[in-house]
Amino acid sequence: MSTEKTFRLDGKAIPFEDGETVMDAALKAGEYIPHLCHNPDFEPHGSCRICVVDVNGRHQCSCTLPASEGMDVDNSSEAITNKRRTLLQMLFVEGNHVCPACEKSGACQLQAVAYQTGMLNPHFTHFFPKRSIDASHPDIVFYFNRCILCGLCVRVSRDVDKKAVFSLSGRGHRTRIIFNSPSGKAVDTELAITDKAVSVCPTGAILPKHHGYETPVGERLYDCLPISVVGDAAKHHTAKKHFLNGDPDE
Amino acid sequence: MTSALETAANPQDMKRIVIEPLTRVEGHGKVTLLQGKNRNIRQARLHITEFRGFEKFIQGRPYWELPVLVQRLCGICPVSHHLAAAKATDMIVGARELTPTAEKVRRLMHYGQTLQSHALHFFHLCSPDLLFGYDDEVRHRNVVGVIEDSPELAKQGVLLRKYGQEVIRVTAGKRIHGTGAIPGGVNKSLSKDEIHYLQNDIAQMIGWAQGAVELMKTVFFEQLDYHMAFASIETSMMSQVRGDGAFELYHGGLRARDHLGETIFDHVDYRNYNDYIRESVKDWSYMKFPFITSLGEEEGWYRVGPLARINNCDFISTPLADAERKEFMAVGKGLPVQSTMAYHWARLIELLHCTEAIAELLCDRDLIGKDLRNKGVMQECGTGVIEAPRGTLFHHYEINDEGIVEKASLIVSTTNNNQAMNESIRKVANQYLDGHRLSEALLNQVEVAIRAYDPCLSCATHAIGKMPMELNLMDDRGELIDRLEKRVNGQINRTL
Ligand code: SF4
Repeated sequence: MSTEKTFRLDGKAIPFEDGETVMDAALKAGEYIPHLCHNPDFEPHGSCRICVVDVNGRHQCSCTLPASEGMDVDNSSEAITNKRRTLLQMLFVEGNHVCPACEKSGACQLQAVAYQTGMLNPHFTHFFPKRSIDASHPDIVFYFNRCILCGLCVRVSRDVDKKAVFSLSGRGHRTRIIFNSPSGKAVDTELAITDKAVSVCPTGAILPKHHGYETPVGERLYDCLPISVVGDAAKHHTAKKHFLNGDPDE
Repeated sequence: MTSALETAANPQDMKRIVIEPLTRVEGHGKVTLLQGKNRNIRQARLHITEFRGFEKFIQGRPYWELPVLVQRLCGICPVSHHLAAAKATDMIVGARELTPTAEKVRRLMHYGQTLQSHALHFFHLCSPDLLFGYDDEVRHRNVVGVIEDSPELAKQGVLLRKYGQEVIRVTAGKRIHGTGAIPGGVNKSLSKDEIHYLQNDIAQMIGWAQGAVELMKTVFFEQLDYHMAFASIETSMMSQVRGDGAFELYHGGLRARDHLGETIFDHVDYRNYNDYIRESVKDWSYMKFPFITSLGEEEGWYRVGPLARINNCDFISTPLADAERKEFMAVGKGLPVQSTMAYHWARLIELLHCTEAIAELLCDRDLIGKDLRNKGVMQECGTGVIEAPRGTLFHHYEINDEGIVEKASLIVSTTNNNQAMNESIRKVANQYLDGHRLSEALLNQVEVAIRAYDPCLSCATHAIGKMPMELNLMDDRGELIDRLEKRVNGQINRTL
């Protein structure tokens, strides 16, 4: 008799090991749960709430929820998709996202997830916040207009690159990303273009300088396949390839 | 915010202010005629209400965004802005020359753009006028009338334009607002399949373009005197030409000739355009008035676009278009052709040239090359000049050492023709104004004159007879004495 533990995701049995989250187990089984602040290579954060699922009638954040036997997880009903779409619409109006002119367009996780949920308009009134660009670093540029405060760069710079270049500062709608440098500028940090924290951004908020639009339309990450098919492992590999414009294994 | 307003406790205490964007976007063509004591029209003013503030908007953006960003200036010829900005950023990244592949892919893109823009203007906006006459009923004088009376011609127009758009899609990734040109080169070359795909129809396109030129000539010669005289003004003309004097759309030196065809300047490196051209400002227009510096503000205005290019070049590099050019020039009897209506004719010669040039390029193996980009030492400013469908287009940018744009200045094609359009309107008004009363006929003639320049004004994107217009007549004391207004549906009201 099999001792494998499972839970159900949209009616399908998903095996898991103790300590794994619903997100980890689903991704391992090749099932896509939309997410933004989560990256399987790093500690979960549970802040963007895009990975919300319905578990036995309750809304839960799948990237932080430990999987357990007997769970009945709804990942793709209309009700859940509607919730995600509303969250995405809020993310879009909180920043300034002009996708048609954005160099990340076509390779942007935020945009791809918005397509995946069928988001056709922002619905809410735009905040039109006044946010700046920091281009002081010789190799990297920061567009705070496109930051969704997922905190990935903060976590990765601290935990993986061991540099703690970024912090989240302020509270509520005033929260923003800052550089931990005396001048408050990127140039005065230890950040390097090869840092993991640079390539981990799911939107076009952190980008290499001088390289915009190098990938032709039709060949960008999500041009050929939707994010639900690209999934996560492939995304990570290919995204890195796109980002550095070369083979990441070299 | 919205819901707070909707559910406010005392909505009666709140004021709702609606800023109607359509008043701007729609952009009525507004013309004021200033009449002198002797009833002559002293001045005609085409008020340009479009103010897009792009030069300001671009400030603070990184330079590599420019080619994609500035396309948003114009929905009609975005590729021209894309390429002018790309040329400026080539300079910024220190690419002194493009690779053969990059240069040819960009050229192809530009021919596609010019082809589709000219096809749209001729078949959709102008052919009703030319085919049915300027006094045909407005209800019939539109593209639907063309479809009914000449379905074959209408079909050719649609397919020529579509072909141009396909060339753009293959080179820039999308039919509108693509990303093909990047600083120092392009992001893609063509595959053999893409070349074969475009080659399939090109012979047909050349044939249709020839047919369009023939049709235009027939119409022009049928009423030769009228077409030579209507809205005709004697002006200098400016365009780019190739080093050997050939007709050039993508890259060349600046050439200006006066109304007699005498050289004012020639083969000027466009990076120095500031030494040759200045702009003046008038308090009644958002659009500036450029002039050739050496001739001064009063005398220095000029025309650009198809008429200027065909007049200015020594020859066209493709045989069919060059033969047409010779016929065209013969009408001027040794002098530049100054007829404003000849813009239409010149435009179609260019259309034919584009189809021939595309056919030639599609046989060039450089199009499938893999060497896409050059770079060099970064510079702090860049200038890009291109012959857009409507005329010479200038882009100039200055960046700081972080790569951020600090200053942008653009002279768009229609701005170059600003004074000329006013003068053409004045000519028409003097010819057709009867006493102190504006007439429907005059309103239509003003529209025909403006349309000849194919200005990129939103009012001019409406089909013929439907250009929303307001025509004002003022006496010598500045008092409004008559006003006619035409709506988008062609309805005309006297609104004084
Ligand atoms: S970051 Fe993504 S969502 Fe935002 S403007 Fe760029 S492409 Fe669009």
